[in-house]
Amino acid sequence: MDATLLLFLLLDALQNGVIYGLLALAMVLVFAVTRVILVPIGELMMFAPLSYVWLLEGRLPGTLYLGLAFLLVWAALERRSFRFMARLLLLGAGLFLLALLARGLAPLAYLASLALVLALGVSTYRLFFEPMREGTVLSYLIMAVGLHVAFQALGLVFFGPEQYRPEPLLRGEVMVGLSYQALLVYGFALLAALGLYLFFRTLYGKALLACAQNRLGARLMGIRPEEGGRVAVALASGMAGVAGLLLAPLTNAAYFMGFMLGLKAFVAAILGGLASYPLAFLGAFLVSLFESFTSFYASAYKEALVFVLLLPALFYQSLRTRALEGEE
Amino acid sequence: MKRGLAVLLVLTAAALAQGALKVGVVVSATGPAASLGIPERNTFLILEEILNRTGGVAGRKVQFTILDDASDTTQAVRNTRRLVEEGVVAVIGTTTTPASLGMIDVVAEAKVPMISLAASKDIIYPVDAKRFWVFKTPQTEELMARAIVADMAARGVRTVGYIGFNDAYGEGWARFFEAELKAKGLQLVVSERYNRTDTSVTGQVLRILARRPDAVLVGASGTPAVLPQRTLKERGYAGLIYQTHGVANPDFLRVGGKDVEGTLLPAGPILVAEQLPAAFPTKRVALDYIQRYEAKYGIGSYSTFGAHAWDAWLILRPALERALKKADPDKDLAAFRAALRDEIEATRGVVATHGVFTYSKEDHLGLRFEDAAVMVQVEGGRWKLIRTFR
Repeated sequence: MDATLLLFLLLDALQNGVIYGLLALAMVLVFAVTRVILVPIGELMMFAPLSYVWLLEGRLPGTLYLGLAFLLVWAALERRSFRFMARLLLLGAGLFLLALLARGLAPLAYLASLALVLALGVSTYRLFFEPMREGTVLSYLIMAVGLHVAFQALGLVFFGPEQYRPEPLLRGEVMVGLSYQALLVYGFALLAALGLYLFFRTLYGKALLACAQNRLGARLMGIRPEEGGRVAVALASGMAGVAGLLLAPLTNAAYFMGFMLGLKAFVAAILGGLASYPLAFLGAFLVSLFESFTSFYASAYKEALVFVLLLPALFYQSLRTRALEGEE
Repeated sequence: MKRGLAVLLVLTAAALAQGALKVGVVVSATGPAASLGIPERNTFLILEEILNRTGGVAGRKVQFTILDDASDTTQAVRNTRRLVEEGVVAVIGTTTTPASLGMIDVVAEAKVPMISLAASKDIIYPVDAKRFWVFKTPQTEELMARAIVADMAARGVRTVGYIGFNDAYGEGWARFFEAELKAKGLQLVVSERYNRTDTSVTGQVLRILARRPDAVLVGASGTPAVLPQRTLKERGYAGLIYQTHGVANPDFLRVGGKDVEGTLLPAGPILVAEQLPAAFPTKRVALDYIQRYEAKYGIGSYSTFGAHAWDAWLILRPALERALKKADPDKDLAAFRAALRDEIEATRGVVATHGVFTYSKEDHLGLRFEDAAVMVQVEGGRWKLIRTFR
């Protein structure tokens, strides 16, 4: 193994690691606030670039209709508060208008597909997770897996079986193996990490953390955990959407690709104990480094080896919890 | 005039009384293999229309029952059981190799003839007690690997690299490709795997580059086959890049763009039907199929995969006609199914879209290499015929 080879492998690991890291951050964020392991985050991530491609070709993507339907049902559920209902309906109308205007226009289509993923993410949370208030982590997980299966199937119906490759925002390469588009991805990851850090310094962010640590206590302090959950899911789906839009020109996008990305982000999040943001990011880099090197040395066993990484982490976690139970 | 109408009515009544010939179809219209399964399903919808218009086979109506297996083996097997219980005379399908292999047990146990639309040679070889009932229409990896290696040898390639799917498709290709290389005296210097869902194959490509092969074969299908090729180009690989016939659909060109310019691949002759020399046996049948498909689904919509389904019907139809003379499915379904199997095996010289089919006791693929494979190159975003093997 010479130096250039090593460099290329490291660059490759960096690019994948950043993506897993972003998704892992989103997962940890949502889990911390709501106890939901947001498995369908990978699908949301893929919906963004696919919707973008559709809009750019002048077609309305199926995700738009799905999002509108979700918003309508949400509005129907909120019929007791007229103002909120009207706002939701207005939001739906705005989204539809934006999508109509965005057909064929790249910057607007970017915005529209991002707004679409945001609306889809938050309304999914409202419609499927909020009604199971005080559910266990397991029942949330079952719901999340169900949604993942449904979204993946809908993705096939909306976007067909093949991959798509949107044009990159920035063309060209800094050097072989490092394109400007990849730099954009890194920039966004840095920004997202920094933004989250600053966000949790604000009063609003602290209220969110309070929901995560003690729902009842937070409620006594006048904080609404439901709203906290929605904000967390909105942040997560926004991050996934932007990441998806930036990543798709580098790796192609297809309806079936979200799951593997989500699963590896999940491994990274588990390595961080589903609690720590820096550890989750570190976990993401560990996964991607491991992946790069196994794909070089033993490509046939790559996936198996990556998921084997889970075992020691889970083993450690289970040992720790048992010790805690013993103390009680 | 009135008498004519009465005769017609009586005839129709007789045809109805005879009952429709039920043909079961299993395809992967959803799931990872959907890009292959959807054109196959579309082809059966066209056939259904034609048969309804022309009155079926030998005066009997034909009824297709088309089921989707979602690219899943368990579902394919379940569908096959259901079809057999519904009393179909034959089963056509399914799209993928693993699911087709799963179906063999069911049709062999129920003694129902089956024509698979999947690639692998394992489906029909060796012809044992179970595969006695199984036939197929698509070219095997073995046949296509022969075309690739013949082309490589003609271009003076000595060392070869391989990167393929980490599944039955990629493994099947790896096996037959390596055997064919060995037979022709070429050397396989590196063999790598990747997954359909991978977003990066840098590690594998770096390993291939380190061995400096003269040519690389990508053993993948559909748009996921673009990724290794693009990575090879980005890393400055200057040798020949071959793909398999699994990429022969317009989406590959759309996603690949200029990264797949110059790609060499073997294909069924229908892919370049218009460019075939006039004497090529399958040209007329292929053009006829393309015209019918495009009339219903739009210009440029046809793919080679749907044509495998068309070929299955081109074989089944005359076999049904002959079998109907020997047995009556309404009286003795088991005897009819057995007669139909014998008649399918007796297929001789059926000119189809992908080649000329002649089945025998030992050969349930029935394709001759010269008629069933051509070499194609991507040029200016289109498929260009570069050589036939006739």
